[in-house]
Amino acid sequence: MTDLTQSPAGTAPEPRKHGGSLLEQTPRTKRRNAAEKRFRGYGIAAIAAGLVMLVILVTTIVGKGTGAFQQTFVTLNVELLEAKLDKKGERNIEDIKKVTTFGYAPIIKGAMTAVVEELGIETGLKAKDLAGILSKDVAAQLRDYVIANPDQIGQTVEFRFLASSRVDGYLKGRVTRESIVNDKNISAEQLDLVDALAAAGVLEKTFNLDFIFGADASDARPEAAGIGVSMLGSLFMMFVVLALALPIGVAASIYLEEFAPRNWLTDLIEVNISNLAAVPSIVFGILGLAVFINYMHLPTSAPLVGGLVLTLMTLPTIIISTRASLKSVPPSIRDAALGVGASKMQAVFHHVLPLAAPGILTGTIIGLAQALGETAPLLLIGMVGFIASNAPETLADGLLAPNSAMPAQIYEWAKRADPAFYERAWGGIIILLLFLVTMNTLAVILRRRFERRW
Amino acid sequence: MSFVKLTASTLAIAAVSATAAAARDQVQVAGSSTVLPYASIVAEAFGENFDFPTPVVESGGSSAGLKRFCEGVGENTIDVANASRKIKDKEIAACAENGVTDIIEVRIGYDGIVFASDSSANSFEFTPTDWFLALSDKVLVDGELVDNPNTTWADVNADFPAVDIQAFVPGTKHGTREVFEDKVILAGCEATGAFEHLLAHAEGDSDKAKKKAAEKACIALRTDGKSVDIDGDYTETLARIESNKDGIGVFGLAFYENNTDKLQVATMSGIVPSTESIATGEYPVSRPLFFYVKKAHIGVIPGLKEYAEFFVADEVAGEDGPLAEYGLVADPELADTQEAVANEAVMGGNS
Repeated sequence: MTDLTQSPAGTAPEPRKHGGSLLEQTPRTKRRNAAEKRFRGYGIAAIAAGLVMLVILVTTIVGKGTGAFQQTFVTLNVELLEAKLDKKGERNIEDIKKVTTFGYAPIIKGAMTAVVEELGIETGLKAKDLAGILSKDVAAQLRDYVIANPDQIGQTVEFRFLASSRVDGYLKGRVTRESIVNDKNISAEQLDLVDALAAAGVLEKTFNLDFIFGADASDARPEAAGIGVSMLGSLFMMFVVLALALPIGVAASIYLEEFAPRNWLTDLIEVNISNLAAVPSIVFGILGLAVFINYMHLPTSAPLVGGLVLTLMTLPTIIISTRASLKSVPPSIRDAALGVGASKMQAVFHHVLPLAAPGILTGTIIGLAQALGETAPLLLIGMVGFIASNAPETLADGLLAPNSAMPAQIYEWAKRADPAFYERAWGGIIILLLFLVTMNTLAVILRRRFERRW
Repeated sequence: MSFVKLTASTLAIAAVSATAAAARDQVQVAGSSTVLPYASIVAEAFGENFDFPTPVVESGGSSAGLKRFCEGVGENTIDVANASRKIKDKEIAACAENGVTDIIEVRIGYDGIVFASDSSANSFEFTPTDWFLALSDKVLVDGELVDNPNTTWADVNADFPAVDIQAFVPGTKHGTREVFEDKVILAGCEATGAFEHLLAHAEGDSDKAKKKAAEKACIALRTDGKSVDIDGDYTETLARIESNKDGIGVFGLAFYENNTDKLQVATMSGIVPSTESIATGEYPVSRPLFFYVKKAHIGVIPGLKEYAEFFVADEVAGEDGPLAEYGLVADPELADTQEAVANEAVMGGNS
């Protein structure tokens, strides 16, 4: 009951305290207005809290992760000594291949000694410690170059080498002279050398494309690790998910929504699909291990298996969203199509499905985004570890050769000992988030652009 | 009708995969997370120097790795299991049941286990006795076994500061836990006399059974929250210590050496842990690291034998190799191991 209905109802009304003026509020109205204001305040506070958390999250991620996109490089002239690399001098590729990466150490030491002498830097370091500021990846880089260009043996070639993770950390401020007191991987003299080389322009920090496109690296050389190969792994998994989940999901929803009779069986299926959507993803991992690997004997660590597991996970999401968008197409469209003599299938495929397509697409993209960020099921099918080290060369390789996925790679980096990997984990999160934001934006745009309201 | 095409092509790919799965061309390794960094360093160098693809190394713990190793022989089982402890008789039996009979055991070197606290916190000089008194379920007081009454380190040893006991020890799925129990808690148990007391009161049919029961009682840790099992990796232990400055954690030597800015290491029985003091045997808490190779896979999986030989080669696992640089203590008997791998000598003596 409101004040309005109350006053004419009373036969002997109390005299109004404020004379019933519209301009002055009764205490009751004041209370109601105050309650509304408070409620608005709560709402704004809730949104503000959410925004603050978002800002903290984004600044933390960006603050910790941007370092991974920059890397310290050293530019060196390297004399590819024939005496070390091709003793016989026949340029026989088999002979050259016999020199392992360990055999390249003297060449790297020589190049470092040469640059220190050339720049006139005074240092008491031995040749081994001079080379210690370079990444362990350098030997592999040199060997690959020599095998690809055996005619360059004996020449002096300019290379751009990665600096070691400690040196890189020093330039980024992660490593300080105080923090390395007990560190046996780098010494204060080496940091003096780094300062001198940086002043001479030989050593500099630049954008690191290899982080985005490179392969994972072992614990001894975090500076060489990249997320590129696991990105490909994720991509192949998404292909599998899209190719399987979309047709199966859409077919199932169309049948359930348009053709299936309403009885206890379809109700049961419906309830189970809703339940499946809420099943923890690790359960799908266990299922995948049991069915795809142990029973069907598909290879472990393969993106194909990862994709199959994620398909199982994504299907309920796609079915639910597809059914919702099919339901939202008004029955008059179906009735009109049936009325002019279309078969049920024609009505569905020519009229209902095109109108429901934006909703289906949105649901699919959101399902894919969800699958892209999933790590738990991949743990069980062997996609977490030191895996993303070989870039796939063919399509079959991409599906079957062992590979990791972006979230799995991030998880793996986060638990490795060297703090440099921790930085890369945050960098990986930035890339993963970019993918997710792009996919979700795409979903929103599609919905805005094509959705029809009745 | 593009859905139909997509589905058909996917099915075709799946069909191809079933046949392609029969030809695995890279070595697959799984097991101990302590061995993982070493195995990944070797795998990377192996991929660079040989024409074989880089082996795949997964972690998950010694027990989990050996369990997968023992699942059977064939392309979809792993070739190598890394372990931070020796394979158990029970596991060998489980292996044999599934047809995995010829196992090559390879010892790659030794790993030190260190006790470290936050670099801004107190420093400690421990003995095994201290750890037993701090963490054991029951301790000996006036000749009687009572529930552990110690709440601060000062209660344990008057030289220590009066800070609350808070230890983060590896969970039971880690091979490290066993070494911690054997070399620290059990040693402390014996040193305090609790072992003798337990042995005298132990129930059992034989002396051996009694001893086993006493040992088991010795290594039982307190469950009142002073000792926390960490089932994750060392990074989790590090995070716990960073948030609780009084905490003391159990780490691998290599992990500590990568985080010297955040951690300070405690001495054990007066010895500072380092690759040198572990190699000489002065530092008491160390253990050998192993990997196990399925002999049946040699010759089937390309590069398997080469990988095993490369792992223990002088330039890799030797004193100046990349593994020693990362924190592994080189095995003084590496030459014997190399020979055993070259001869494919299996466990049990017959090759």
